Amino acid sequence: MKKLIYLDNAATTQVSEEVLNEMLPFFRQSYSNPSAVYSFAGEGKKAAGNARQQAAGLIGANAEEIYFTGGGSESDNWALKATAEAYSSKGKHIITSKIEHHAILHTCEYLEKQGYEVTYLDVDGEGKISLEELKAAIRPDTILISVMAANNEIGTIEPVAEIGKIAHENGVLFHTDAVQAYGHIPINVDDMGIDMLSASGHKFNGPKGTGILYIRKGVKIRSFIHGGAQERGRRAGTSNVPGIVGFGKAAEIAGETMEERTRKEITLRDHLIERVLSEIPYVRLNGHKTDRLPNNVNFCFRFIEGESLLILLDQLGVCASSGSACTSGSLDPSHVLLAIGLPHEIAHGSLRITLSEETTLEDIDFVADELKKIAVRLRGMSPLYEDFLKNQK
Amino acid sequence: MYSEKVMDHFNNPRNVGEIENPSGVGTVGNAKCGDIMRMYFDIDGQGVIRDVKFKTFGCGAAVATSSMATELVKGKTVKEALEVTNKAVMEALDGLPPVKVHCSLLAEEAIHAALWDYAQKNHIVIEGLEEPVHDIAEKVEYEEY
Repeated sequence: MKKLIYLDNAATTQVSEEVLNEMLPFFRQSYSNPSAVYSFAGEGKKAAGNARQQAAGLIGANAEEIYFTGGGSESDNWALKATAEAYSSKGKHIITSKIEHHAILHTCEYLEKQGYEVTYLDVDGEGKISLEELKAAIRPDTILISVMAANNEIGTIEPVAEIGKIAHENGVLFHTDAVQAYGHIPINVDDMGIDMLSASGHKFNGPKGTGILYIRKGVKIRSFIHGGAQERGRRAGTSNVPGIVGFGKAAEIAGETMEERTRKEITLRDHLIERVLSEIPYVRLNGHKTDRLPNNVNFCFRFIEGESLLILLDQLGVCASSGSACTSGSLDPSHVLLAIGLPHEIAHGSLRITLSEETTLEDIDFVADELKKIAVRLRGMSPLYEDFLKNQK
Repeated sequence: MYSEKVMDHFNNPRNVGEIENPSGVGTVGNAKCGDIMRMYFDIDGQGVIRDVKFKTFGCGAAVATSSMATELVKGKTVKEALEVTNKAVMEALDGLPPVKVHCSLLAEEAIHAALWDYAQKNHIVIEGLEEPVHDIAEKVEYEEY
Protein backbone atom coordinates (compact mmCIF):
# COMPACT_ATOMS: atom_id res chain seq x y z
CA MET A 1 0.00 0.00 0.00
CA LYS A 2 1.28 3.44 -0.82
CA LYS A 3 2.02 5.76 2.04
CA LEU A 4 -0.45 8.55 2.75
CA ILE A 5 1.26 11.93 2.71
CA TYR A 6 -1.24 14.30 4.29
CA LEU A 7 -0.37 17.87 3.36
CA ASP A 8 -3.72 19.57 3.87
CA ASN A 9 -3.33 20.56 7.50
CA ALA A 10 -4.90 23.97 6.93
CA ALA A 11 -8.12 22.12 6.06
CA THR A 12 -8.00 19.97 9.14
CA THR A 13 -5.55 18.07 11.32
CA GLN A 14 -5.42 14.69 12.94
CA VAL A 15 -6.51 14.60 16.59
CA SER A 16 -3.36 13.76 18.51
CA GLU A 17 -3.27 10.66 20.67
CA GLU A 18 -2.69 12.71 23.80
CA VAL A 19 -5.73 14.84 23.04
CA LEU A 20 -7.90 11.82 22.33
CA ASN A 21 -6.86 10.12 25.57
CA GLU A 22 -7.74 13.24 27.48
CA MET A 23 -11.20 13.32 25.88
CA LEU A 24 -12.18 9.65 26.14
CA PRO A 25 -13.17 9.51 29.86
CA PHE A 26 -15.81 12.17 29.22
CA PHE A 27 -17.82 9.99 26.86
CA ARG A 28 -18.51 6.95 29.08
CA GLN A 29 -17.14 7.53 32.54
CA SER A 30 -17.60 11.18 33.50
CA TYR A 31 -20.43 11.78 31.05
CA SER A 32 -22.52 13.98 33.32
CA ASN A 33 -23.93 17.34 32.37
CA PRO A 34 -21.47 19.71 34.02
CA SER A 35 -24.28 22.10 34.95
CA ALA A 36 -25.78 19.54 37.32
CA VAL A 37 -25.60 19.90 41.11
CA TYR A 38 -24.64 16.35 42.14
CA SER A 39 -21.04 15.52 42.76
CA PHE A 40 -20.94 13.16 39.75
CA ALA A 41 -20.92 16.34 37.61
CA GLY A 42 -17.77 17.53 39.34
CA GLU A 43 -15.24 15.84 37.06
CA GLY A 44 -16.67 17.34 33.88
CA LYS A 45 -17.02 20.77 35.44
CA LYS A 46 -13.45 20.67 36.66
CA ALA A 47 -12.08 19.46 33.35
CA ALA A 48 -13.97 22.10 31.38
CA GLY A 49 -12.68 24.79 33.74
CA ASN A 50 -9.16 23.53 33.25
CA ALA A 51 -9.64 23.55 29.45
CA ARG A 52 -10.78 27.16 29.62
CA GLN A 53 -7.53 28.02 31.40
CA GLN A 54 -5.52 26.15 28.77
CA ALA A 55 -7.34 27.88 25.90
CA ALA A 56 -6.83 31.28 27.53
CA GLY A 57 -3.21 30.63 28.40
CA LEU A 58 -2.18 30.25 24.77
CA ILE A 59 -3.17 33.84 23.97
CA GLY A 60 -2.52 35.57 27.28
CA ALA A 61 -6.20 35.91 28.11
CA ASN A 62 -8.18 35.28 31.29
CA ALA A 63 -10.22 32.10 31.49
CA GLU A 64 -13.43 34.12 32.02
CA GLU A 65 -12.89 35.73 28.64
CA ILE A 66 -13.01 32.40 26.76
CA TYR A 67 -16.37 31.21 25.39
CA PHE A 68 -16.52 27.74 23.90
CA THR A 69 -18.42 27.44 20.63
CA GLY A 70 -19.10 24.85 17.97
CA GLY A 71 -16.20 25.98 15.78
CA GLY A 72 -14.47 28.82 13.99
CA SER A 73 -17.38 29.72 11.74
CA GLU A 74 -19.73 30.03 14.68
CA SER A 75 -17.23 32.22 16.52
CA ASP A 76 -16.88 34.48 13.48
CA ASN A 77 -20.63 34.73 13.05
CA TRP A 78 -21.11 35.50 16.70
CA ALA A 79 -18.38 38.14 16.85
CA LEU A 80 -19.71 40.03 13.87
CA LYS A 81 -23.46 39.75 14.20
CA ALA A 82 -23.68 40.18 17.95
CA THR A 83 -21.27 43.12 18.06
CA ALA A 84 -23.01 44.80 15.16
CA GLU A 85 -26.28 44.50 17.00
CA ALA A 86 -24.91 45.61 20.37
CA TYR A 87 -23.18 48.70 18.96
CA SER A 88 -25.76 49.68 16.34
CA SER A 89 -26.66 52.82 18.29
CA LYS A 90 -23.06 54.01 17.86
CA GLY A 91 -22.94 53.24 14.17
CA LYS A 92 -23.38 50.68 11.45
CA HIS A 93 -20.01 50.64 9.73
CA ILE A 94 -17.65 47.64 9.75
CA ILE A 95 -14.20 47.31 8.23
CA THR A 96 -12.79 44.01 7.07
CA SER A 97 -10.49 42.75 4.30
CA LYS A 98 -11.07 41.16 0.92
CA ILE A 99 -9.17 38.02 1.83
CA GLU A 100 -11.14 36.94 4.89
CA HIS A 101 -12.59 33.45 5.21
CA HIS A 102 -16.15 33.10 3.93
CA ALA A 103 -17.34 32.81 7.55
CA ILE A 104 -16.47 36.51 7.80
CA LEU A 105 -17.24 37.63 4.25
CA HIS A 106 -20.64 35.98 3.99
CA THR A 107 -21.56 37.25 7.46
CA CYS A 108 -20.61 40.76 6.32
CA GLU A 109 -22.80 40.34 3.25
CA TYR A 110 -25.64 39.28 5.52
CA LEU A 111 -25.09 42.35 7.70
CA GLU A 112 -25.12 44.57 4.62
CA LYS A 113 -28.61 43.26 3.91
CA GLN A 114 -29.53 44.26 7.46
CA GLY A 115 -28.52 47.85 6.79
CA TYR A 116 -24.86 47.80 7.86
CA GLU A 117 -22.14 49.24 5.68
CA VAL A 118 -18.96 47.26 5.17
CA THR A 119 -15.60 48.45 3.84
CA TYR A 120 -13.52 45.66 2.33
CA LEU A 121 -9.84 46.58 2.48
CA ASP A 122 -7.63 45.69 -0.46
CA VAL A 123 -4.44 43.73 0.06
CA ASP A 124 -1.10 44.06 -1.67
CA GLY A 125 0.50 41.44 -3.92
CA GLU A 126 1.61 39.46 -0.91
CA GLY A 127 -1.75 39.57 0.82
CA LYS A 128 -1.16 42.27 3.43
CA ILE A 129 -3.63 45.02 4.20
CA SER A 130 -2.41 48.62 4.17
CA LEU A 131 -2.46 50.32 7.57
CA GLU A 132 -2.86 53.68 5.83
CA GLU A 133 -5.89 52.44 3.99
CA LEU A 134 -7.27 51.09 7.26
CA LYS A 135 -6.82 54.46 8.99
CA ALA A 136 -8.49 56.25 6.10
CA ALA A 137 -11.44 53.86 6.19
CA ILE A 138 -12.30 54.57 9.82
CA ARG A 139 -15.33 56.84 10.25
CA PRO A 140 -17.19 58.18 13.28
CA ASP A 141 -19.79 55.44 12.83
CA THR A 142 -17.25 52.59 12.52
CA ILE A 143 -17.95 50.02 15.22
CA LEU A 144 -15.75 47.08 14.33
CA ILE A 145 -12.58 46.13 12.48
CA SER A 146 -12.29 42.44 11.66
CA VAL A 147 -9.05 41.34 10.00
CA MET A 148 -7.73 37.80 10.07
CA ALA A 149 -4.51 37.01 11.92
CA ALA A 150 -3.24 34.83 9.09
CA ASN A 151 -4.74 33.84 5.78
CA ASN A 152 -5.92 30.27 5.31
CA GLU A 153 -4.93 30.00 1.66
CA ILE A 154 -1.71 31.91 1.17
CA GLY A 155 -0.53 31.92 4.79
CA THR A 156 0.24 35.63 4.99
CA ILE A 157 0.36 36.97 8.53
CA GLU A 158 -1.37 40.33 8.93
CA PRO A 159 0.05 43.16 11.10
CA VAL A 160 -2.31 42.32 13.95
CA ALA A 161 -0.64 44.43 16.67
CA GLU A 162 -0.61 47.50 14.43
CA ILE A 163 -4.26 46.99 13.52
CA GLY A 164 -5.14 46.66 17.21
CA LYS A 165 -3.31 49.89 17.96
CA ILE A 166 -5.10 51.80 15.22
CA ALA A 167 -8.46 50.39 16.29
CA HIS A 168 -8.00 51.47 19.88
CA GLU A 169 -6.65 54.92 19.00
CA ASN A 170 -9.93 55.40 17.18
CA GLY A 171 -12.18 53.80 19.78
CA VAL A 172 -13.13 50.94 17.48
CA LEU A 173 -13.37 47.28 18.48
CA PHE A 174 -10.95 44.83 16.89
CA HIS A 175 -11.85 41.22 16.11
CA THR A 176 -9.42 38.81 14.51
CA ASP A 177 -10.19 35.48 12.90
CA ALA A 178 -7.24 33.50 14.20
CA VAL A 179 -8.47 30.10 13.06
CA GLN A 180 -5.24 29.45 11.14
CA ALA A 181 -2.96 31.30 13.55
CA TYR A 182 -4.02 30.07 17.00
CA GLY A 183 -1.55 27.40 18.09
CA HIS A 184 0.73 28.09 15.12
CA ILE A 185 2.16 31.54 15.83
CA PRO A 186 2.49 33.48 19.11
CA ILE A 187 -0.53 35.62 19.91
CA ASN A 188 -1.07 37.84 22.93
CA VAL A 189 -4.42 39.58 23.12
CA ASP A 190 -3.14 42.38 25.35
CA ASP A 191 0.06 43.13 23.43
CA MET A 192 -1.83 43.01 20.15
CA GLY A 193 -4.89 44.99 21.25
CA ILE A 194 -7.29 42.22 20.31
CA ASP A 195 -10.84 42.58 21.65
CA MET A 196 -12.26 39.41 20.14
CA LEU A 197 -10.61 36.37 18.63
CA SER A 198 -11.97 33.28 16.90
CA ALA A 199 -10.18 29.93 16.94
CA SER A 200 -11.05 26.40 15.93
CA GLY A 201 -9.95 23.18 17.65
CA HIS A 202 -9.40 20.96 14.64
CA LYS A 203 -6.76 23.22 13.11
CA PHE A 204 -4.20 22.30 15.76
CA ASN A 205 -4.79 18.61 16.47
CA GLY A 206 -7.94 19.14 18.52
CA PRO A 207 -11.41 17.81 17.74
CA LYS A 208 -13.73 19.09 15.02
CA GLY A 209 -16.85 20.93 16.12
CA THR A 210 -15.03 22.87 18.81
CA GLY A 211 -14.02 26.50 18.84
CA ILE A 212 -13.63 29.51 21.03
CA LEU A 213 -14.52 33.14 20.90
CA TYR A 214 -12.30 35.25 23.13
CA ILE A 215 -14.22 38.32 24.26
CA ARG A 216 -12.27 40.94 26.18
CA LYS A 217 -13.89 41.85 29.49
CA GLY A 218 -16.05 44.91 29.00
CA VAL A 219 -16.88 44.35 25.35
CA LYS A 220 -20.60 44.61 24.82
CA ILE A 221 -21.84 41.66 22.86
CA ARG A 222 -25.22 39.98 22.59
CA SER A 223 -25.80 36.32 23.29
CA PHE A 224 -25.66 34.21 20.18
CA ILE A 225 -27.48 31.05 21.16
CA HIS A 226 -30.33 31.73 23.57
CA GLY A 227 -31.26 29.16 26.16
CA GLY A 228 -29.56 27.93 29.29
CA ALA A 229 -26.90 29.61 31.36
CA GLN A 230 -23.90 27.85 29.83
CA GLU A 231 -20.89 29.98 28.87
CA ARG A 232 -22.11 32.63 31.31
CA GLY A 233 -25.44 32.85 29.55
CA ARG A 234 -23.90 33.97 26.28
CA ARG A 235 -23.80 30.70 24.41
CA ALA A 236 -26.49 28.32 25.56
CA GLY A 237 -26.49 24.57 25.06
CA THR A 238 -25.19 21.67 27.12
CA SER A 239 -21.43 21.92 27.26
CA ASN A 240 -19.58 19.64 24.87
CA VAL A 241 -17.30 18.44 27.65
CA PRO A 242 -15.16 15.97 25.63
CA GLY A 243 -14.77 18.58 22.88
CA ILE A 244 -13.91 21.35 25.32
CA VAL A 245 -11.41 19.11 27.09
CA GLY A 246 -9.88 18.18 23.73
CA PHE A 247 -9.63 21.81 22.68
CA GLY A 248 -7.93 22.71 25.94
CA LYS A 249 -5.43 19.88 25.79
CA ALA A 250 -4.60 20.61 22.16
CA ALA A 251 -4.09 24.29 23.04
CA GLU A 252 -1.78 23.37 25.89
CA ILE A 253 0.30 21.06 23.70
CA ALA A 254 0.37 23.60 20.87
CA GLY A 255 1.77 26.17 23.28
CA GLU A 256 4.39 23.84 24.65
CA THR A 257 5.58 22.57 21.28
CA MET A 258 5.18 25.75 19.22
CA GLU A 259 8.77 26.85 19.14
CA GLU A 260 10.34 23.56 18.18
CA ARG A 261 7.51 22.45 15.91
CA THR A 262 7.33 25.65 13.92
CA ARG A 263 11.11 25.82 13.56
CA LYS A 264 11.00 22.38 11.96
CA GLU A 265 8.01 23.30 9.77
CA ILE A 266 9.66 26.50 8.58
CA THR A 267 12.78 24.59 7.54
CA LEU A 268 10.73 22.10 5.52
CA ARG A 269 8.44 24.84 4.16
CA ASP A 270 11.35 26.89 2.89
CA HIS A 271 13.06 23.81 1.49
CA LEU A 272 9.96 22.98 -0.57
CA ILE A 273 9.58 26.58 -1.74
CA GLU A 274 13.24 26.76 -2.70
CA ARG A 275 13.20 23.47 -4.59
CA VAL A 276 9.99 24.11 -6.52
CA LEU A 277 10.85 27.69 -7.47
CA SER A 278 14.34 26.77 -8.63
CA GLU A 279 13.55 23.47 -10.33
CA ILE A 280 10.20 24.12 -12.03
CA PRO A 281 9.83 27.03 -14.44
CA TYR A 282 6.84 29.40 -14.47
CA VAL A 283 5.86 28.87 -10.85
CA ARG A 284 5.17 31.67 -8.39
CA LEU A 285 4.93 31.62 -4.62
CA ASN A 286 1.72 33.16 -3.33
CA GLY A 287 1.77 35.07 -0.07
CA HIS A 288 4.53 36.73 1.90
CA LYS A 289 7.91 35.01 1.89
CA THR A 290 8.68 35.42 5.60
CA ASP A 291 5.53 36.79 7.28
CA ARG A 292 3.81 33.54 6.60
CA LEU A 293 2.39 30.65 8.60
CA PRO A 294 5.13 28.13 9.40
CA ASN A 295 3.29 25.30 7.68
CA ASN A 296 1.88 27.04 4.60
CA VAL A 297 3.11 26.76 1.02
CA ASN A 298 1.06 28.08 -1.88
CA PHE A 299 2.17 28.08 -5.51
CA CYS A 300 0.66 28.92 -8.85
CA PHE A 301 1.78 26.75 -11.73
CA ARG A 302 1.24 28.62 -14.95
CA PHE A 303 -0.52 26.81 -17.83
CA ILE A 304 -1.80 24.15 -15.41
CA GLU A 305 -5.21 23.75 -13.82
CA GLY A 306 -5.30 22.98 -10.11
CA GLU A 307 -7.74 20.09 -10.01
CA SER A 308 -5.73 18.05 -12.51
CA LEU A 309 -2.71 18.64 -10.33
CA LEU A 310 -4.60 17.46 -7.23
CA ILE A 311 -5.83 14.27 -8.89
CA LEU A 312 -2.33 13.33 -9.98
CA LEU A 313 -0.98 14.02 -6.49
CA ASP A 314 -3.84 12.03 -4.98
CA GLN A 315 -2.85 9.02 -7.07
CA LEU A 316 0.55 9.22 -5.41
CA GLY A 317 -1.04 9.30 -1.97
CA VAL A 318 -0.52 13.04 -1.51
CA CYS A 319 -3.38 15.14 -0.10
CA ALA A 320 -3.25 18.85 -0.95
CA SER A 321 -5.71 21.53 -2.05
CA SER A 322 -6.20 24.19 -4.69
CA GLY A 323 -8.04 27.46 -5.15
CA SER A 324 -9.06 26.60 -8.70
CA ALA A 325 -12.67 27.05 -9.74
CA CYS A 326 -13.03 23.36 -10.50
CA THR A 327 -12.37 22.42 -6.92
CA SER A 328 -14.95 24.87 -5.60
CA GLY A 329 -17.74 23.95 -7.98
CA SER A 330 -18.07 27.52 -9.20
CA LEU A 331 -16.57 29.23 -12.21
CA ASP A 332 -14.44 31.60 -10.18
CA PRO A 333 -11.11 30.77 -8.62
CA SER A 334 -10.28 31.71 -5.04
CA HIS A 335 -11.20 35.26 -3.97
CA VAL A 336 -7.89 35.46 -2.10
CA LEU A 337 -5.80 34.80 -5.21
CA LEU A 338 -7.83 37.33 -7.18
CA ALA A 339 -7.42 39.88 -4.36
CA ILE A 340 -3.62 39.63 -4.52
CA GLY A 341 -3.92 40.59 -8.17
CA LEU A 342 -3.57 37.29 -9.99
CA PRO A 343 -5.37 36.94 -13.31
CA HIS A 344 -7.97 34.16 -13.42
CA GLU A 345 -5.94 31.81 -15.60
CA ILE A 346 -3.02 31.88 -13.18
CA ALA A 347 -5.22 31.60 -10.10
CA HIS A 348 -6.69 28.38 -11.52
CA GLY A 349 -3.27 26.78 -11.27
CA SER A 350 -2.86 27.15 -7.54
CA LEU A 351 -1.69 24.46 -5.16
CA ARG A 352 -1.75 24.73 -1.38
CA ILE A 353 0.44 22.42 0.65
CA THR A 354 0.16 22.68 4.43
CA LEU A 355 2.57 20.73 6.61
CA SER A 356 2.29 19.27 10.08
CA GLU A 357 4.65 18.18 12.79
CA GLU A 358 4.60 14.72 11.20
CA THR A 359 5.82 15.91 7.80
CA THR A 360 9.30 14.69 6.93
CA LEU A 361 12.04 15.88 4.61
CA GLU A 362 11.51 12.68 2.66
CA ASP A 363 7.83 13.58 2.10
CA ILE A 364 8.75 17.05 0.93
CA ASP A 365 11.42 15.83 -1.46
CA PHE A 366 9.04 13.23 -2.84
CA VAL A 367 6.42 15.93 -3.50
CA ALA A 368 8.97 18.25 -5.13
CA ASP A 369 10.22 15.43 -7.39
CA GLU A 370 6.70 14.44 -8.40
CA LEU A 371 5.59 18.02 -8.99
CA LYS A 372 8.38 18.36 -11.53
CA LYS A 373 7.06 15.39 -13.48
CA ILE A 374 3.42 16.47 -13.13
CA ALA A 375 4.21 19.97 -14.40
CA VAL A 376 5.86 18.54 -17.53
CA ARG A 377 3.00 16.16 -18.12
CA LEU A 378 0.16 18.67 -17.71
CA ARG A 379 1.94 21.42 -19.62
CA GLY A 380 2.50 18.95 -22.44
CA MET A 381 -1.23 18.82 -22.94
CA SER A 382 -2.00 22.48 -22.21
CA PRO A 383 -3.06 24.69 -25.13
CA LEU A 384 -2.00 27.70 -23.03
CA TYR A 385 1.54 26.38 -22.85
CA GLU A 386 1.51 25.59 -26.57
CA ASP A 387 0.52 29.18 -27.33
CA PHE A 388 3.08 30.52 -24.89
CA LEU A 389 5.90 28.56 -26.56
CA LYS A 390 4.78 29.62 -30.05
CA ASN A 391 4.66 33.28 -29.02
CA GLN A 392 8.16 33.05 -27.64
CA LYS A 393 9.62 31.96 -30.97
CA MET B 1 -16.00 11.61 -7.47
CA TYR B 2 -15.25 10.45 -11.02
CA SER B 3 -16.17 7.19 -12.77
CA GLU B 4 -13.48 4.65 -13.61
CA LYS B 5 -13.76 5.58 -17.28
CA VAL B 6 -13.20 9.26 -16.53
CA MET B 7 -10.13 8.38 -14.47
CA ASP B 8 -8.85 6.10 -17.23
CA HIS B 9 -9.15 8.85 -19.83
CA PHE B 10 -7.61 11.38 -17.46
CA ASN B 11 -4.67 9.12 -16.66
CA ASN B 12 -4.19 7.82 -20.19
CA PRO B 13 -5.63 10.48 -22.44
CA ARG B 14 -6.04 9.36 -26.05
CA ASN B 15 -4.88 11.52 -28.95
CA VAL B 16 -3.04 14.21 -27.04
CA GLY B 17 -0.99 16.50 -29.22
CA GLU B 18 -1.06 18.72 -32.28
CA ILE B 19 -1.48 18.19 -36.02
CA GLU B 20 0.64 20.29 -38.33
CA ASN B 21 -1.35 21.98 -41.05
CA PRO B 22 -4.66 20.60 -39.80
CA SER B 23 -7.80 20.56 -41.95
CA GLY B 24 -9.52 22.27 -39.06
CA VAL B 25 -8.63 23.49 -35.60
CA GLY B 26 -10.93 24.87 -32.93
CA THR B 27 -10.32 26.31 -29.48
CA VAL B 28 -13.16 26.81 -27.02
CA GLY B 29 -13.63 27.83 -23.40
CA ASN B 30 -11.67 30.50 -21.68
CA ALA B 31 -8.88 30.64 -19.18
CA LYS B 32 -11.00 32.81 -16.93
CA CYS B 33 -13.30 29.96 -16.00
CA GLY B 34 -10.46 27.49 -16.02
CA ASP B 35 -11.10 25.34 -19.09
CA ILE B 36 -9.65 25.57 -22.58
CA MET B 37 -9.95 22.84 -25.18
CA ARG B 38 -8.28 22.76 -28.55
CA MET B 39 -9.04 20.13 -31.19
CA TYR B 40 -7.16 19.45 -34.40
CA PHE B 41 -8.77 17.48 -37.27
CA ASP B 42 -7.14 15.90 -40.30
CA ILE B 43 -9.97 15.38 -42.77
CA ASP B 44 -9.50 13.62 -46.14
CA GLY B 45 -11.11 14.36 -49.53
CA GLN B 46 -14.09 12.16 -48.69
CA GLY B 47 -14.86 14.16 -45.59
CA VAL B 48 -13.63 11.45 -43.23
CA ILE B 49 -11.78 12.46 -40.07
CA ARG B 50 -8.53 10.54 -40.48
CA ASP B 51 -6.78 11.87 -37.42
CA VAL B 52 -7.64 13.97 -34.42
CA LYS B 53 -5.55 15.46 -31.64
CA PHE B 54 -6.36 17.62 -28.66
CA LYS B 55 -4.84 19.78 -25.97
CA THR B 56 -6.73 20.79 -22.85
CA PHE B 57 -6.12 23.10 -19.92
CA GLY B 58 -8.63 22.13 -17.29
CA CYS B 59 -9.80 19.78 -14.60
CA GLY B 60 -9.96 16.00 -14.69
CA ALA B 61 -13.36 16.02 -16.36
CA ALA B 62 -12.21 18.48 -19.02
CA VAL B 63 -9.26 16.27 -19.94
CA ALA B 64 -11.36 13.09 -19.94
CA THR B 65 -14.18 14.58 -22.05
CA SER B 66 -11.68 15.88 -24.61
CA SER B 67 -10.03 12.50 -24.80
CA MET B 68 -13.34 10.65 -25.18
CA ALA B 69 -14.60 13.14 -27.75
CA THR B 70 -11.54 12.55 -29.94
CA GLU B 71 -12.17 8.79 -29.74
CA LEU B 72 -15.79 9.23 -30.72
CA VAL B 73 -15.07 11.32 -33.83
CA LYS B 74 -11.98 9.52 -35.11
CA GLY B 75 -12.73 7.71 -38.38
CA LYS B 76 -16.16 9.28 -38.64
CA THR B 77 -17.42 11.46 -41.44
CA VAL B 78 -17.91 15.16 -40.82
CA LYS B 79 -21.66 14.59 -40.75
CA GLU B 80 -21.34 11.79 -38.18
CA ALA B 81 -18.98 13.83 -36.05
CA LEU B 82 -21.57 16.55 -35.87
CA GLU B 83 -23.87 14.08 -34.16
CA VAL B 84 -21.44 13.48 -31.29
CA THR B 85 -23.20 15.45 -28.60
CA ASN B 86 -22.14 16.28 -25.06
CA LYS B 87 -24.62 13.66 -23.92
CA ALA B 88 -22.90 11.01 -26.01
CA VAL B 89 -19.54 11.98 -24.55
CA MET B 90 -20.93 11.85 -21.00
CA GLU B 91 -22.58 8.48 -21.57
CA ALA B 92 -19.41 7.05 -23.01
CA LEU B 93 -17.63 8.13 -19.82
CA ASP B 94 -20.30 6.56 -17.58
CA GLY B 95 -21.47 9.98 -16.46
CA LEU B 96 -19.99 13.10 -14.87
CA PRO B 97 -20.69 14.86 -11.57
CA PRO B 98 -23.34 17.59 -12.08
CA VAL B 99 -20.86 20.45 -11.62
CA LYS B 100 -18.76 19.00 -14.44
CA VAL B 101 -21.44 18.76 -17.10
CA HIS B 102 -20.19 22.00 -18.65
CA CYS B 103 -16.93 20.19 -19.49
CA SER B 104 -18.82 17.85 -21.81
CA LEU B 105 -20.50 20.84 -23.44
CA LEU B 106 -17.04 22.21 -24.04
CA ALA B 107 -16.03 18.96 -25.77
CA GLU B 108 -19.02 19.20 -28.10
CA GLU B 109 -18.18 22.83 -28.78
CA ALA B 110 -14.57 21.93 -29.54
CA ILE B 111 -15.68 19.43 -32.21
CA HIS B 112 -17.96 22.05 -33.72
CA ALA B 113 -15.28 24.71 -33.62
CA ALA B 114 -12.79 22.48 -35.45
CA LEU B 115 -15.42 21.55 -38.05
CA TRP B 116 -16.38 25.20 -38.46
CA ASP B 117 -12.75 26.06 -39.15
CA TYR B 118 -12.58 23.23 -41.71
CA ALA B 119 -15.72 24.51 -43.42
CA GLN B 120 -14.40 28.07 -43.50
CA LYS B 121 -11.07 27.00 -44.97
CA ASN B 122 -12.76 24.97 -47.67
CA HIS B 123 -15.58 27.41 -48.32
CA ILE B 124 -18.21 24.79 -47.71
CA VAL B 125 -21.37 24.76 -45.67
CA ILE B 126 -21.88 21.85 -43.28
CA GLU B 127 -25.56 21.38 -42.80
CA GLY B 128 -26.62 21.79 -39.19
CA LEU B 129 -23.35 23.40 -38.09
CA GLU B 130 -23.60 26.83 -36.55
CA GLU B 131 -20.77 29.13 -35.65
CA PRO B 132 -19.62 27.84 -32.28
CA VAL B 133 -19.82 29.80 -29.07
CA HIS B 134 -16.23 30.20 -28.00
CA ASP B 135 -16.98 31.48 -24.57
CA ILE B 136 -18.69 28.55 -22.97
CA ALA B 137 -18.72 30.25 -19.56
CA GLU B 138 -21.31 32.78 -20.66
CA LYS B 139 -23.52 30.08 -22.06
CA VAL B 140 -23.44 28.06 -18.86
CA GLU B 141 -24.26 31.10 -16.80
CA TYR B 142 -27.34 31.87 -18.85
CA GLU B 143 -28.50 28.30 -18.56
CA GLU B 144 -28.34 28.47 -14.81
CA TYR B 145 -30.60 31.49 -14.54
